[in-house]
Amino acid sequence: MSVTRRTFLITSAAAGAGLLLRVEAQAGKGVLAPNAFLGIGADGTVTVWVTRSEMGQGVRTSLPMLVAEELDAEWSRVVIRQAELDARFGQQRTGGSLSVRELWEPLRRAGATARAMLVTAAAMRWEVPAARLSTENGVVSDPLTGRRAAYGDLVAVAATLPVPDDVELKAADRYRIIGTSKRRLDGPDIVTGRARFGIDVRVPGMLHATFVRSPVPGGKVRRLNAGKAKGIAGVRHIVPVDGTGLSWLLQWSRGVAVVADSTWAALRGRDALEIEWDEGVNAALEQETIEDDLLRLAAEPGLVVRRDGEAPVADEAGAVTADYMVPYLAHAPLEPMNCVVAVSDDRCRVWAPVQLPEGARAIAARAAGIEPERVDVEVTLLGGGFGRRLYADYVGEAALISKAVGAPVQLLWTREDDMRHGFYRPISHHRMAARIHEQKVVCWSHRITGPSRRTVAGRDAKQPEESESYAAIEMPYDIAAVNVEFNHLYVPIPCGPWRSVAYSQTGFVIESFIDELAHAAGADPVAFRLAHLMRKPFLDYDGEKEIDPARLRRVLTIAAQRAGKAPRRPLGRGFAVTFDHGAAVAHAADVSAAGDRIRVHRFVTAIDCGTVVNPDHVRAQVEGGIVFGLSAALKGEITIRRGRVEQGNYNDYDVLRMDEMPRVEVHIIPSREAPGGVGEPPVPGVAPAVANAIFAATGKRLRRLPFRYRHR
Amino acid sequence: MPPRSLRVNGVARDVASHLDTPLLWFLRDHLALPGTKFGCGAGVCGACTVHVDGEAVRACIVDLRELLGRSVVTIEGLSPDGSHPVQQAWLAEDVAQCGYCQPAQIMAAAALLRRKPKPSDADIDEVMSDIVCRCGTYQRVRRAIHRAAQGSRS
Repeated sequence: MSVTRRTFLITSAAAGAGLLLRVEAQAGKGVLAPNAFLGIGADGTVTVWVTRSEMGQGVRTSLPMLVAEELDAEWSRVVIRQAELDARFGQQRTGGSLSVRELWEPLRRAGATARAMLVTAAAMRWEVPAARLSTENGVVSDPLTGRRAAYGDLVAVAATLPVPDDVELKAADRYRIIGTSKRRLDGPDIVTGRARFGIDVRVPGMLHATFVRSPVPGGKVRRLNAGKAKGIAGVRHIVPVDGTGLSWLLQWSRGVAVVADSTWAALRGRDALEIEWDEGVNAALEQETIEDDLLRLAAEPGLVVRRDGEAPVADEAGAVTADYMVPYLAHAPLEPMNCVVAVSDDRCRVWAPVQLPEGARAIAARAAGIEPERVDVEVTLLGGGFGRRLYADYVGEAALISKAVGAPVQLLWTREDDMRHGFYRPISHHRMAARIHEQKVVCWSHRITGPSRRTVAGRDAKQPEESESYAAIEMPYDIAAVNVEFNHLYVPIPCGPWRSVAYSQTGFVIESFIDELAHAAGADPVAFRLAHLMRKPFLDYDGEKEIDPARLRRVLTIAAQRAGKAPRRPLGRGFAVTFDHGAAVAHAADVSAAGDRIRVHRFVTAIDCGTVVNPDHVRAQVEGGIVFGLSAALKGEITIRRGRVEQGNYNDYDVLRMDEMPRVEVHIIPSREAPGGVGEPPVPGVAPAVANAIFAATGKRLRRLPFRYRHR
Repeated sequence: MPPRSLRVNGVARDVASHLDTPLLWFLRDHLALPGTKFGCGAGVCGACTVHVDGEAVRACIVDLRELLGRSVVTIEGLSPDGSHPVQQAWLAEDVAQCGYCQPAQIMAAAALLRRKPKPSDADIDEVMSDIVCRCGTYQRVRRAIHRAAQGSRS
């Protein structure tokens, strides 16, 4: 366990601003820091700044591995520091399964650059050509003379050298760290309770706040009686808060904050508030109305987002048709939204578990009424993110409250706040139609109807189809006629990205429907997919990279092979294959359904995510992605009643538990392609693999999430 | 021990003025022991699991009044240096993802192993299903418990 790392965590929670100053002071004293990402001290310690948020995906271990690889550092001498928000680190957003993909090149280059400077310093000292020197485990050596110099002994000279801009990177066969299963650097802190999340931040003079929002978006306080709340010991302030005019992010953020000496006092004060709400027009919103509207709109043609050839319509004779429905979903990370914000006259400091520190700065500045450059943001550990923490609405709220009371404030959302004031994965309806001729799908039609994440900011957002149809447009099957449409239904419920985003919806539909078509054709579902998967390279929906379609065929083949002989009834086996966020994934799920109980016994998953930095982390993300997908497939559903989110806690929005956990076997396809994503790609195929397995086991086709099975 | 106190990680704490406070908030806000986490406030997610007289208890739904004279152990007090067999097994299996629920998982596992040194999968299901891991580390939690059980046998 590294003392430096622990010291940092404590420092970051306690002192914040002092950190950057201290590190820069060190840099003046012979530390080699040729770029923003690393510094090598005279004692040989390699410090790597982690510029992405750690939310369980392992960036605080995998990103330093990239630096250490090209630096030829000794892994045990690597320590990490979480980068505060600073332009010198470049963009610091954590999302889109992009951290390793985006930093793969810059971090390796950062390491290689420092290594080149250390080698040059040794060559100068020994007066030998740099080209003949080699490096390993933090030491430069000269194979001809046997001389050795530790990196720490070379940094003083190396730091005086010009920074080269043309370093060469290693060939993959020379990797010593990339491709190995380094354990979490945060592991020792986590198992001893020393790891510090946003909720654990304490700063001097800090007060504890809780905030009662309008239960309906757009509602406001009609009458407030704070008398009883004020009488509760420890309650300091009752503060009316209204952020709704400041930003679309704060559209829920109108209500009353209770600020107290302790969390418990704040919560008791909250319970004692008497508030009468003017709930506004959205209070008329009902789940049934939303679903009726979806069904009605689904009958109409939508905006065409892809059309090749003549596609079928759903009521055409001879067409195979099916309607699917997916619900609103909450992210429900175990650490509820929270942060600490200290607003003073001309400065604002933020300590927050956020995926988008840039967004936290912007909303804090807006709320505090100061320039963004006057806002400092320190990112803590995140107790789960899943897309929810891309929106820093809670930082804006805390800034408003801190400004009002003139003290640093920790705003902690209750679980119910978290469940009821989210940015949800949208509800959607999917009308599918296809025709089969001689075992081949000859045309395919997919009409998506639903709200759009684009309209999170309001009714008039541009191109609402873009956030909802992308993975349906790039579906991986080679069919002569394809028609994809989007019908936009505006619903005043805030929506946002949720692990694997639109593919969490369209992936379920596409992989279920191709299975339906296989059965309609009397074909084996795996063979049918293999016969239809693209043969030409296709563009990822990022639109940047051509994907070799053989990767999809390979993962499907491997998953099917490794799953082995089909299970005997009452179990059935279902498959799904997807290409999401830069990785091909195939699942084989063994499932049984009896009475009203669906039981998932086993997942065999093959993933091709390009070059693998840390195989055990990839396995962990696949295991976790399957659990996330199963929670949605079997349990998750947010519903709206009188304009409110009905669910409030894990009792009515339950997630997968230990006794429901299937055995998961992960097979990683070796690859030398550039790294793909890992956090999101395992998710989209989970629900369809289960649906297809239930069909194989029972002959029942479940087309609505979450699955409700009734044996009849 | 005076009647208005309880022990936390071996230290007697006077709680006379906090009798109605749930243990969770006393630990976090008054004793500066933040390893015990808030997840639901309603006893349904298990994130606040600690030991009371050796048994796993949810700190968010038990008031200090109910704990007078009793002994509480939190993740900070499970071992002085992370050397408890469950903590070691956790590191060996690299269980954690985000890490937020892990103190609770570890405390629940340690209490289970004290009662049942060689738990079956069914024993693990029964106890550990009370504790949500949104990241989905359950397979590794199970492996780590079996590993810790093996370690204590040899």
